[in-house]
Amino acid sequence: MDIIITGLFLGGTYALIAMGLNLQYGVARIMNLANGEMLVVGAFTAFALYSGAAVSPFLTIFIVAPVAYLLNWLIYRIMLRPLVTRAKSRGMLEQDAILTTFGLSFVMVGLMIWVFGGDYFSYSYLARPVVLFGDNYGLNRLSAFIGAVILCTALYIWLNHSRAGMAIRAVAVSPKSARLVGIDVPKLSARAFALGGAVTAVGGAVISTFLTLDASTGVLFTMKALIIVIMGGVGDVRGTIVAALVLGVGETLVASLIDPGLTLATAYALFILILLFRPQGLFGRKSA
Amino acid sequence: MKRRTFFRASTALAAMTLAGAAFAADPIVVGAVAPKTGPLAGGAAVTHWPNIQLWVSEVNARGGLNVGGEQRMLEVIEYDDQTNPAETIKAVTRLAQQDNADIILSPYSTGLSLAAAPIFDRLGIPQITSSAATDQIDELAGQFPNLFFLLGRSAEIAGGAVEAMAKMRDAGEIGNRVALVNVADAFGIELVSAGKPALEAAGFEIVYETSYPLGTQDLSPIMKAAKDAEPDAFVAFSYPGDTFGLTEQAMIEGLDVGVFYTGVGTAFPSFAGRFGAAAEGIMGIGGVNASSETFLDYAARLEAETGSQPDYWASGQMYASLQILEAAIEATGTLDMAEVTQYIKDNSFETVMGTITFDDQNSSTGYWTAGQWQDGVFKGVASFGGLDGVVEPFVKAGWE
Repeated sequence: MDIIITGLFLGGTYALIAMGLNLQYGVARIMNLANGEMLVVGAFTAFALYSGAAVSPFLTIFIVAPVAYLLNWLIYRIMLRPLVTRAKSRGMLEQDAILTTFGLSFVMVGLMIWVFGGDYFSYSYLARPVVLFGDNYGLNRLSAFIGAVILCTALYIWLNHSRAGMAIRAVAVSPKSARLVGIDVPKLSARAFALGGAVTAVGGAVISTFLTLDASTGVLFTMKALIIVIMGGVGDVRGTIVAALVLGVGETLVASLIDPGLTLATAYALFILILLFRPQGLFGRKSA
Repeated sequence: MKRRTFFRASTALAAMTLAGAAFAADPIVVGAVAPKTGPLAGGAAVTHWPNIQLWVSEVNARGGLNVGGEQRMLEVIEYDDQTNPAETIKAVTRLAQQDNADIILSPYSTGLSLAAAPIFDRLGIPQITSSAATDQIDELAGQFPNLFFLLGRSAEIAGGAVEAMAKMRDAGEIGNRVALVNVADAFGIELVSAGKPALEAAGFEIVYETSYPLGTQDLSPIMKAAKDAEPDAFVAFSYPGDTFGLTEQAMIEGLDVGVFYTGVGTAFPSFAGRFGAAAEGIMGIGGVNASSETFLDYAARLEAETGSQPDYWASGQMYASLQILEAAIEATGTLDMAEVTQYIKDNSFETVMGTITFDDQNSSTGYWTAGQWQDGVFKGVASFGGLDGVVEPFVKAGWE
């Protein structure tokens, strides 16, 4: 039982890490390699507000989300829109986006070092045990899990049951056909990218309550997010959630029953299995 | 990434009051290479960079280094090696060949310092490492006669922890059962391969043992398994991120042990900042002589100059390495590195970490191996070479 719960908590963390990238890659078609850095920005903001003004990280997200939304919208409009308009094919856009956002990740690391310094950032928040089914768990991890559940449910409902959400899904499935039914694809792509950035930054703020970060840790999260998004199927919220939970529970099972040294191997083994047998991802559609 | 820092400007007033010669002399170009980005950037930001800033500003405030009767100011060129050994080597080469640096400081960490050892050797520059702990000193000393070690051997460091634990066990304060955990990276592997036989030789029983990959985001399965093994002592050779993570998990699980040992990172001021009273009694790598006036004075100066507190392990050694270099240059009155190197080998030096002498393998004859948080200070509880100021370790009592 405690393995399942620990695994689900870890899966929740992974969902927070990957959800934003899924929106950016699935809808806006931008393979954003600076995604992890956006997460660290969210985490640092939470750290700064908590240690400077004792603001709870769970309140900080209401500041982080709109700011990150605006910031990512600007990044998309200024840096990425020109790439989208000139790209002749999806492959070309992906290539350009990867190179551009790779550069962006260095700029962001540099800016964070300049603003916050290169030191480790960590603080203690809700690091208290809670007892569930007779075992101890960190209250901050439980809160992060609840946060992930709320965020994922909200996104899922919004995408599936609102007009704007449906339009976004339409863009994810086929940008060309979406245009034909009167959807403003460039505008929606910008919004999806901005929303993805905001979700990632919020995830960072929540994760900072139990992980120790420094300015250069972003790339670790980008890698994890990439695996989860591709495992789950690009552009599908359900897929990301399921993949994150599968990865979380799988890693915890192996760590608890076999050896903690094999968690990375487990993650990559799962990844390879899915690539071999379902290259489009768990919930992805086969590309034509 | 290159940044030239002209400390001359900031200390122009001080310089003007000195003899005109101080102005006429060319500055001494000091080259510094260490991570500002990458996995070790966090550690370098605590341990490495602030010391260079403090040293240069203090030397320049005094009117510079006295080289053969001529006062010469210091000018620093800093490079970020991105925690990548290839970049470290490139930067050192660049400093020597393009920037014509007069002095090049040793890089940060075991891996990067040793990666740069051949190039320092070829350039004939003394490399005083202050953050490299290795068991290969014997071979390295033969290969690179310019390489100095302030932090000591990893076997001694692991041995220090075992020594402190054995002391407590022999006094009947803790039992015999140890849980042993390490990060599966060069540092963790080297320490555990020295620490495990030392624990066994001291008669401890290892009831749980595992390693985990660098960057593991959830350490709770490890802590749960360690707790189930009912150890009397928990020993982890971990990196800073994991050190924080393991400690938090231990609090959450309520791990009931008399000795809780983690490190690297335990000696960082931010560790006590995060865990507050719960840090009391936690042991880790390093330690200082907490009653030493020179160390306390250095700590205060570092904080005043850079806003960053020293860690209680390698920070002081880093500053000591700069003091050694300074003393050797002023005593020999030259920037001829062969002479400076010989002087370092032949003499002992008064530093913020006490008197430092090198043995015939250029390894410091006295260094701290284990420390413990006691009353908000990380005090040395075990040392190699019998240092002054060793305090008795005590049993950790709970997590409140």
